[in-house]
Amino acid sequence: MVRREVVGARYGVRDWLAQRVTAVVMAVYTLLVLAVFVSVPVVDYWHWKSLWELAVMRYATVLFLLSLYLHAWIGVRNIFMDYIQDPGLRLTLYTIVIAALMSYAVWSVQILWGV
Amino acid sequence: MRFSIYRYNPEADDKPRMQDYDVALEPADRMLLDALVRIKAHDDTLAFRRSCREGVCGSDGMNINGKNGLACITRMADLKEPVVIRPLPGLPVVRDLIVDLSQFFKQYHSVKPYLVNDDPPPATERLQLPGDRDALDGLYECILCACCSTACPSFWWNPDKFVGPAGLLQAYRFIADSRDQATNQRLDDLEDPYRLFRCHSIMNCVEVCPKGLNPTRAIGKIKELLVKRTV
Repeated sequence: MVRREVVGARYGVRDWLAQRVTAVVMAVYTLLVLAVFVSVPVVDYWHWKSLWELAVMRYATVLFLLSLYLHAWIGVRNIFMDYIQDPGLRLTLYTIVIAALMSYAVWSVQILWGV
Repeated sequence: MRFSIYRYNPEADDKPRMQDYDVALEPADRMLLDALVRIKAHDDTLAFRRSCREGVCGSDGMNINGKNGLACITRMADLKEPVVIRPLPGLPVVRDLIVDLSQFFKQYHSVKPYLVNDDPPPATERLQLPGDRDALDGLYECILCACCSTACPSFWWNPDKFVGPAGLLQAYRFIADSRDQATNQRLDDLEDPYRLFRCHSIMNCVEVCPKGLNPTRAIGKIKELLVKRTV
């Protein structure tokens, strides 16, 4: 292979924007949940369970977690781009992180709808 | 006054060392460059770049007590002793305080830092409205001293791929220029995870710029335009 420095992948702005949008989603969710916890005191397991049986709570939480995983993916990829110089190793690490985050996503849904 | 200065001659030395100097300054020695010139009068093996000695040419960028700056406009009265002077970080040292700026200028050239306008040139000059001209304030003043780019961690990790704050400030200077016709090509060229998006708004560039410029704001404006173009 030629030893040539290549740049110009023509992406980045969508990820940059997505990171900001997901941050807003997470911030709104955090305030919402804090408000719920303040107004509805969770004293025991049954209170906790009934709260998470509400569809709106489940969907909001799934939205929050998916935002978190997307946000984390962009951030972790940025770290690898900065510090891991070997493209092969970087691709391997990307694959591991994507697999882990996708598993977390499925697992989150399982947990939320399994309460 | 006490100085501790980075000394390294790659052709003769195994590794860099710090050399201490004790210098009696004259009343006229107001700036760090005056002190360096006085040290060089005693020890002419010390190598550093300087030219205009008034913060215009950008030759004497160096790391002064841990912060990048121009020796010629750094007041001695503001410096704590011993004054530790090192070359600009992250670039290969040619000798002592002189670094090889090839990588820095390669990135600068990569943004096509010149006006692109295919219209036939007018008889005198291409005119701008005062408001359009004002858009260039805070951009055109850059003297390419490399203090910002060499203070940027993203540039340290990827100097071959990330344009760096100085180059991106210049890129925006031509994007913002009402006479330039290549905005779209310039944005195409910058829409890249490495060239532009290695900037994580660390803002070391703003902290060190001896001309008080704000590359982070210029980079933000480029990102804004890219978003505007995308959504």
